[in-house]
Amino acid sequence: MFKRLAEAERQAAGAPVRITVDGHAVACRAGDSVAAALFASGRDACRDTVVGEVPRGPYCMMGVCYDCLVTIDGRPNRQACMTQVAEGMNVERQRGAREVQ
Amino acid sequence: MNQATGLAPAANAAPRDGIYDALVIGGGLVGSSIAYGLRRQLERVAVLDEGDVAYRASRGNFGLVWVQSKGMGMARYSVWTQSSAAVWPQLARELQEKTGVDVRLEQNGGLHLCLNDEEVEGRIEYMNELMAQPGMKPYDWKMLDRQELLDMMPGAGPDVRGACWTPLDGIANPLKLLRALHSAFAREKVDYLPRCPAQSIRFDDGVFSVGTPGGVLRSRKLVVACGLGNKEMARQVGLDVPVRPQRGQIIVLERTRRILNTPITTLRQMDEGSWLIGDSQEEAGFADDVVRLPILGTLADRAVRMLPALRDVRAVRTWSALRVMSPDGFPIYEQSATCPGAFVVTCHSGVTLAGAHALKMAPMIVSGMLDEDMSPFSTRRFHVQKAS
Repeated sequence: MFKRLAEAERQAAGAPVRITVDGHAVACRAGDSVAAALFASGRDACRDTVVGEVPRGPYCMMGVCYDCLVTIDGRPNRQACMTQVAEGMNVERQRGAREVQ
Repeated sequence: MNQATGLAPAANAAPRDGIYDALVIGGGLVGSSIAYGLRRQLERVAVLDEGDVAYRASRGNFGLVWVQSKGMGMARYSVWTQSSAAVWPQLARELQEKTGVDVRLEQNGGLHLCLNDEEVEGRIEYMNELMAQPGMKPYDWKMLDRQELLDMMPGAGPDVRGACWTPLDGIANPLKLLRALHSAFAREKVDYLPRCPAQSIRFDDGVFSVGTPGGVLRSRKLVVACGLGNKEMARQVGLDVPVRPQRGQIIVLERTRRILNTPITTLRQMDEGSWLIGDSQEEAGFADDVVRLPILGTLADRAVRMLPALRDVRAVRTWSALRVMSPDGFPIYEQSATCPGAFVVTCHSGVTLAGAHALKMAPMIVSGMLDEDMSPFSTRRFHVQKAS
């Protein structure tokens, strides 16, 4: 999860990883978490809470607060801070509780 | 759930102005329901509770308000359970009016699912036998075939052969119930004394003196409702109450949109979307701090067979809690013969029976006498079995 700055800089120098966030193309640094990519692209809220449906965004960035849940490639309730971006990944905001199909 | 804390006993445990009208030992759902009911008629009521070292079945239960299946071998228990389900709406309404807490009572019927034809046959036989008992108050029940079940529970898995349905069953949110009762204490000036376990009980001239780490409390009436502690506390008022722990394990799934509107004995969805899978039963002593994979695996497997869509809903927590079991599984209600005014109240269905405990049992305790028809719940039933 945590990296030496030099390592992060080396990854940043490489080709961008392209993902989609709510239908918009977003270019990210390789090695970034989805949560970091959301922040870097100017998005602070990534979901609406299950019961009250009020906005929430990544907070702890280390996998414990569960405030950064998003739908990734169709799978709901993924922790954005614990998931690395990957080429072609589709990230969607979660509105309220997830569905059961 | 049994984690010690370093907190000191409640500082205000000294008797302020003499003698309480009633003192309840136990601040879980059973003790709290009784204390709530006592306060409707008595001025000065106190509740003694332990701290987080307590076993606290009230924090670990499933929250069913359940009638079907109960009372095989003691019809009176079914009748008592039915009466509790019947007064539950009044309790829920009162609590909401007094505290603003909605305990999320839903009494829209409940299901017992059968996963093969033997289970269907067994269920029909069981329910017929239950209803045919002398003294039983029969209620509506129906064995649903697959199609009827699918109307009530869309998405039921192919393994589900049928289900037993009754209109009487329901659910509540047990944590909200506990919170509502305790909020009512604060509002109605019931002295709730946490981290203040009863250590000794003396009875002189119609007054109970209960020793606690915070001092001695005195009361004219005493209710022993402290779960697994009842064995020791009841002994001090001359009653032999042979309760034992029976472990249950629960799996919690993440919150989803509400899709299960009819609860199942082993699977329910909470008002805020979480799922509980439960109803395991183990004789495992007092170990409430472990969960075991074989049991959890079986619980999860049956839940997924009941509702295959749960297959990719994540489990977010598991826990164990200890039921307070009597030898025959039925509640024990009795007044002490040697210390009149002391009552023991113990059961493993603190949510289902909350209505009856608050609105039916508490008035009996205030009157100083349990109703005649409560006699099947006394400990005499254990002595008879021993003698025969």
